[in-house]
Amino acid sequence: MTRVTRQEVEDFLFMEADLLDEWRLPEWLTLFTEDAHYYVPSTDVAHDAPPDNNLFYVADDRYRLEQRVKRLMKRTAHVEFPHSKTRHLVSNVRIRAESGDDLDVSTAFITYRTNHGTTNVYFGTGYYKLVVTSGGFKIREKRAVLASEGLRDQGRVSIIL
Amino acid sequence: MQAYRKFEPLVVVDKTRQTYNVSRRVFVDPEVLAAEQEEIFERCWLYLGHESELPKMGDFVTRRVAGRQIIFSRDAQGKLNALLNACPHRGAMVCRERQGNAKSFQCFYHGWIFALDGACRDIPGADSYPEGFKDKPEARLQSVARFESYRGFAFLCFDPDAVSLETYLGGAKEYIDLVADHSEVGMTIVGGTQEYSIKANWKLLCENSFDGYHAATNHATYLDYLKDRADNLVPIALNGIARDLGNGHAVAEYRAPWGRPVAQWIPAWGEEGKQDLEAIYQRLVERFGVERADRIARTNRNLLIFPNLVINDIMAITVRSFYPVAPDHMLINAWALAPVDENAHRRHDRLTNFLEFLGPGGFATPDDIEALEQCQRGYANNKETCWNNLSKGMAKEVPSYDDEAQMRAYWNEWNRRVVGA
Ligand code: FES
Ligand SMILES: [Fe+2]
Repeated sequence: MTRVTRQEVEDFLFMEADLLDEWRLPEWLTLFTEDAHYYVPSTDVAHDAPPDNNLFYVADDRYRLEQRVKRLMKRTAHVEFPHSKTRHLVSNVRIRAESGDDLDVSTAFITYRTNHGTTNVYFGTGYYKLVVTSGGFKIREKRAVLASEGLRDQGRVSIIL
Repeated sequence: MQAYRKFEPLVVVDKTRQTYNVSRRVFVDPEVLAAEQEEIFERCWLYLGHESELPKMGDFVTRRVAGRQIIFSRDAQGKLNALLNACPHRGAMVCRERQGNAKSFQCFYHGWIFALDGACRDIPGADSYPEGFKDKPEARLQSVARFESYRGFAFLCFDPDAVSLETYLGGAKEYIDLVADHSEVGMTIVGGTQEYSIKANWKLLCENSFDGYHAATNHATYLDYLKDRADNLVPIALNGIARDLGNGHAVAEYRAPWGRPVAQWIPAWGEEGKQDLEAIYQRLVERFGVERADRIARTNRNLLIFPNLVINDIMAITVRSFYPVAPDHMLINAWALAPVDENAHRRHDRLTNFLEFLGPGGFATPDDIEALEQCQRGYANNKETCWNNLSKGMAKEVPSYDDEAQMRAYWNEWNRRVVGA
């Protein structure tokens, strides 16, 4: 196989960010593998703490991730109706490890969310496990590790980071 | 009790018309918040933490309670302490880490050193102080006036003359027991704290935490989620009661169709899960008999300990405490509580259950947060629209879990303490 370049990874992650900001969540979901996980750990545990024995903010398997998307697209997901406006910024992209078709990638992220006249900022490190497939990259795991002290400012993590 | 401020009636009850109204002033007025600080937070027993958070000697966590900076520690004798985190010398916060294990705390300003029970161990330049100074009370890290535990839940109180914790808890003890009895080995806080905030008055979260009335609309998407997979549910109707437990404590107690890790099985948990839960249930029957085992395992409890401790034993157990920083802003800490002896699969199911509903990233709590913030926004119209209505089920002999009797129990006590009615 040919080596993956950082630019290719960045293009993929920038596209992911756009899908989130445009609220094209069902499409966003197709970026994930069938065995995918999405995590937002609580901030008083280690960044790589296991979700099985630690209380996170979010610990979705593929099924719950689908359900999260389904919920967020409903008018009855009150916290996100009307949809907040968001901007996901992805930076400091680094390929940390590569083996076969698997890739460990880290990013620095800043996500702004505005709703009802209030703007909040989510920031931290994104840890991705990517897989190279014939159809391009897929996400096997996304872990958004907040660098803030909990969600004291933001109050909730109702959007996808 | 004599309240120190004079307020116009803020809680107005009319039994003949069956109306129970709370003035919206209580959610916006800084004067009311100041009165609450004096009459509630300076006098009531307040939740500090769970004993399981400090398993070893030398363990500590720092935490804010009612505006104070507190060190919750387990000292070299294994005893728990609640210390005021302010150096007796010139006041610096002595411990600046949020949690850890230490043999002693050293104040970084001038270097005084304290044991985990607050005793002063060493003072740099001790020869400039009178002989024996470090053993004097004024050289110690001060303890909070009162500190007691009940079934693993540690509380403090800033009023030296307060009644004992057990007297204060009164009728709520029965419900803490029903939670603590999930395991004969003991209960533990699972690692990881959900720390969040709501731009709303803190009392709105008291109401919301045991509000059985709002599920169908506010949590429509959560109910959709449960119904999306038949194996997420058992055929049990939402049904139950609310009880006034005295002293402002109250509970909603009810059956519900969701799975409970102790111990109401749902098909999603599979055959292995079924066997585990059956064993858990059987052990409860051996310990307590069928009736109490059923109550522990199969009823849900949304318990509010006045003024600000929520223990919800529902599809998982959450322990949640919160404080106002302004009339329209509160900070919340939430934890998951679980049996120490729970196996890895059941722990996994428990945390999944927790996160599906609870917490600021769940499928339900964010909509609660939104509801509370929208209420707070609505209170901008207080001049014209002055009253909250909490009358639901007032005429009933036995109020339903989805009436508002539990909130009235809370507000009666709030009113007694703050307004002095
Ligand atoms: S303030 Fe702590 S040693 Fe001086
Ligand atoms: Fe709710």
